[in-house]
Amino acid sequence: MLMRDSIGDDVLLDVRDLETHFYGEESVTRALGGISFQVKKGETVGVVGESGCGKSVTALSILRLLPKLNAKTVGGEVRFQGRDLLQLSDREMRQIRGDQIAMIFQDPMTSLNPVYTVGRQIAEAVQIHTNASRSDAMAKAKEMLRLVRMADPERRVNSYPHEMSGGMRQRAMIAMALACSPELLIADEPTTALDVTIQAQILRLIVDLKERTGTAVMLITHDLGVVAETCQRVIVMYAGRIVEQATVTDLFARPAHPYTQGLMRSVPDRRRGRQRRLPEIPGIVPSLREPIVGCSFAPRCPFATGICSEQTPILHDVEPGHAAACWRAEEVVGA
Amino acid sequence: MSDPLLRVESLTKHYPLGAGILKKAVPMVRAVEDVSFSVKAGETLCIVGESGCGKSTVARLLMRLAEPTNGRVLIDGTDIAGLNKHALRAVRRRMQMVFQDPYSSLNPRLTAGQIITEPVENFERLSRRQREARAADLLQKVGMSPEMMHRLPSELSGGQRQRLGIARALSLNPSLIIADEAVSALDVSVQAQILNLLLDLQQQMGIAFIFISHDLGVVEHVGHRVAVMYLGRIVELAPCEALFANPVHPYTEALIAAAPVPDPARVRLEAPVDGEVPSPINPPNGCAFHPRCPLAVERCRIEVPPLVPMADGRVVACHVRAPADIPALEHIERTADTKNGHEAIDLEKDQDPGSGITKPH
Repeated sequence: MLMRDSIGDDVLLDVRDLETHFYGEESVTRALGGISFQVKKGETVGVVGESGCGKSVTALSILRLLPKLNAKTVGGEVRFQGRDLLQLSDREMRQIRGDQIAMIFQDPMTSLNPVYTVGRQIAEAVQIHTNASRSDAMAKAKEMLRLVRMADPERRVNSYPHEMSGGMRQRAMIAMALACSPELLIADEPTTALDVTIQAQILRLIVDLKERTGTAVMLITHDLGVVAETCQRVIVMYAGRIVEQATVTDLFARPAHPYTQGLMRSVPDRRRGRQRRLPEIPGIVPSLREPIVGCSFAPRCPFATGICSEQTPILHDVEPGHAAACWRAEEVVGA
Repeated sequence: MSDPLLRVESLTKHYPLGAGILKKAVPMVRAVEDVSFSVKAGETLCIVGESGCGKSTVARLLMRLAEPTNGRVLIDGTDIAGLNKHALRAVRRRMQMVFQDPYSSLNPRLTAGQIITEPVENFERLSRRQREARAADLLQKVGMSPEMMHRLPSELSGGQRQRLGIARALSLNPSLIIADEAVSALDVSVQAQILNLLLDLQQQMGIAFIFISHDLGVVEHVGHRVAVMYLGRIVELAPCEALFANPVHPYTEALIAAAPVPDPARVRLEAPVDGEVPSPINPPNGCAFHPRCPLAVERCRIEVPPLVPMADGRVVACHVRAPADIPALEHIERTADTKNGHEAIDLEKDQDPGSGITKPH
């Protein structure tokens, strides 16, 4: 377990009823069906869920990086340090992106420019957001590469992305993201493409840097193990909605939504015995093209009753600081 | 003891880098180096390791999708290297493969039914009715409804496509299925369904699996024995429970420690190993893991450690944790004085030409 300090009271990011749609030729996909959550200063929040649950769309909606042609945030607010990001001009948003909110993605190769050296790209990020001179910015780039424990930073500052391994590129991305000391770092599956020993190094690095700089981290992942080892609080998403929110300890000890329970039980675990059949979640994820009546998990849920297919459950506290969107959460939490 | 279903002896694959017509010395990628193991009927042997460790190359060599530089692959005692096209076809019936990506390994223009009966039609003529009966039967075996046979892959979910890949592999009643990262691209809830299917099939049909994966949780769940590979070589091969309870090779230890566990109460120490996997084009001398190994001693920089059998039935290649017996040691040292580290590799083969494993006393 990595260090977890106590959660401060200052709210850094306050997302309310965020709703994002994708438009197809004849259909509308309700990728985010109105989600609300907060990230506090210096906190590490994990966002988990399976493909298509809306976790990456959440990040892109916050950063206003959705594809302009076929996606739109149609409702809600994204309050960051008191300002609604959805109301800012493109220019104001560009000043926040990379400066106060930074991001890293799964595949660093697609987010690094292949024709510039890594040092120059980090320096450019510094120069855009500060009035540092070119040589100061390059010095900062070297310092950042040292900070992310890049091997041989003096040489690597002049390397091109293709000359680096996947782990080194992800270190370079983190160096670039943190160069302007952002308040919030959004990391979308930052270690999914990496080998386990490199993943352990990068996760350790993100947590260490967070401790040192006080940056809040929103870590998007499909891996419950990664969440357990790095996050303080967890948001579980299913079919474009938040189904559960809790501290990492509460979530793993007492999952209160049947989907969270099913997800945890379907991961192989030596404590439950090898070579055994794993508990399955029956059925498949619903299509978000049709409006969903009631709870979106009801057709797959072992707890479902009449009300579940009629009324959408509201996210409510099951115990202090532990919320679930389930009509029977109070029973589920003990099951 | 009966013959194993599959025996692999000193399998080696070097790929030349670039064309070598004008260049004198072509650099070689040492993808697989002196790998030996066997698989018994009905058993699951897992191969784990990180990118570039050679695990997928081993799969390709077993299927003879690539020709080995050295070494042998024997199925029921028959060396597949010497087989002509016709005989190879017969052998391939016994070994089938399931791939990682259910999106790119299915022909998008064929229906589900055509995809899973295509292998059979390579060997026998089927009437339309026979083909449909076969398809329905196979679909049921993998937990899909027979009506699905008329669907195209694009109309199926990722989990259903992977079931189709498994149905295709089952169509020839193989004794061995090689599953190369077969559940890696799937969401955990779908992964659980596919793992259950594989366990069921093994129980019902006695199929042996070579299960290649980077996911240690999955490997621990399905494996009977596990081979850990690092930079082209097996560094430890052990019964599954023993390996996870008590890893002997420092790399196995690091790999297990690095895997994230969904338990926030677990105390995690520092990141288990520093550094990255070196290039297989120019691997380090001696033990390939020595630049990252906390236990490395002088000898590790010079000699490649042989796989040494331990009391609990595992083999480990580590000078520190599993030193070879004294006579072999003297033999190596004597030669190491006069030869460089690389040639010490050949020396091991002299000692035990069959398996590359140093026998105890």
